[in-house]
Amino acid sequence: MSSELFRLASPQAFFPVAGKVIPWFGALAAALAAAGLYVGFVVAPTDATQGEAYRIIFLHVPAAWMSMFLYCVMAGWAGVGLALNTRLSGMMASAIAPTGAMFTFVALWSGALWGRPTWGAYWVWDARLTSELVLLFLYLGFIALKEAIPDPVRADRAGAILALVGVVNVPIIYFSVQWWNTLHQGASVSLTRAPSMARAMLAGMLLMALAAWMYSIATALARVRRIILERERDAEWVRLTKEGVGAAA
Amino acid sequence: MGRAFLLVVRRELRLALRRKGDALNVLVFFVVVASLFPFGVGPEPNQLRAMAAGVVWIAALLAAVLSLPRLFAADHADGTLEQMLVAPHPLVEVVLAKTAAHWLLTGLPLTLVSPVIALQYGVPADAQLVLLASLLVGTPVLSLVGAAGAALTLGVRGGGALLALLVLPLFVPVLIFGAGAVGASLIGIKPDAYLSLLGAFLAVSSLVGPWAACAALRVALD
Repeated sequence: MSSELFRLASPQAFFPVAGKVIPWFGALAAALAAAGLYVGFVVAPTDATQGEAYRIIFLHVPAAWMSMFLYCVMAGWAGVGLALNTRLSGMMASAIAPTGAMFTFVALWSGALWGRPTWGAYWVWDARLTSELVLLFLYLGFIALKEAIPDPVRADRAGAILALVGVVNVPIIYFSVQWWNTLHQGASVSLTRAPSMARAMLAGMLLMALAAWMYSIATALARVRRIILERERDAEWVRLTKEGVGAAA
Repeated sequence: MGRAFLLVVRRELRLALRRKGDALNVLVFFVVVASLFPFGVGPEPNQLRAMAAGVVWIAALLAAVLSLPRLFAADHADGTLEQMLVAPHPLVEVVLAKTAAHWLLTGLPLTLVSPVIALQYGVPADAQLVLLASLLVGTPVLSLVGAAGAALTLGVRGGGALLALLVLPLFVPVLIFGAGAVGASLIGIKPDAYLSLLGAFLAVSSLVGPWAACAALRVALD
């Protein structure tokens, strides 16, 4: 089992396996999203206090979860790459970053659209919104640093160090922002005080969260395949694969 | 920690003395930025007093970011940095020394100037002292975390803007508690908790910052 895992650490071995599993994860993401949206929009009852507007929760909460989780996954891969010097790890970190930034942006955007009807403003300096915004900056910094360094090995290592520093900082930022918010703003509308959720709402949210997981895996794998092709374009095996024809030319 | 640390600090300070402009420009930048805010928001005294700490702290962050690209750049350009890397004493010592010198040349002067700016904003004397204390504990964090950012962006094109993008989000906790300490003392709350937390950040960043800076320097000079 472990030798099989180590075999997959080589980009050449990983490439076809990733290609095979992507459609499965994609199909799972679509099926789970369809089920989640059905539960969310048809089965789940209208919220007593927030009306229909609360239904944005089915997009917003999974996106927010994924945004934070993906940063940790990214930092994890970066750390593995730094410690074990495996090429694929750095590529995985690069592949996850845009998906994580996208989910962060979706969480902010849907939060703004949700905030307008419930809080009366698109943006309030709520602790969660603010730390999500800082998280978006961290993602953008990671992507920008990798883009700015032409040498892929150096880019991977520098990105890994940044991701590790960032992951130490994420909880510090989160709690700082919470403290700052409670002191400066008094009690704003808090989501935690909302009445406990109906079971259908929770089910819809969990289905959507699972869909977001599957989607993230599928897109990260698809992106890592592109990165492998780009970096290994001079390798013999790339020239022999169908997808490699364009890259090697 | 020993001779190499002192030698590098002394060398950095001597270099700075030979070119006083570099450090002075950062200080002037800090004062200018802090003095610009009233033109933007109007001269209403109560409003200015309330935002004084935030303005001073943000000006300090910007001044730090402005001065950080030079932390390793000159030594990188003339090859000194590579010599430091292969020298027998640990790289961490050199990085800590350069960070300390950076703080002595940028963080400390602007800390000492900050009461004057606070005076302009009508901050009472006890809150001025809190501001001074918060900057004294907080600005070394900027140098420590900033050193990692400077090492990561060493020799990278568009380094200055990239450095700002990398480190400014990491400065958020320091900004919150640095400005928060003054805000608390303005409304009569003891700022001890804030200053203690700033001290905690200083402890954490003195562990993480130099480690990350050393790792990044090794990557940059690989």
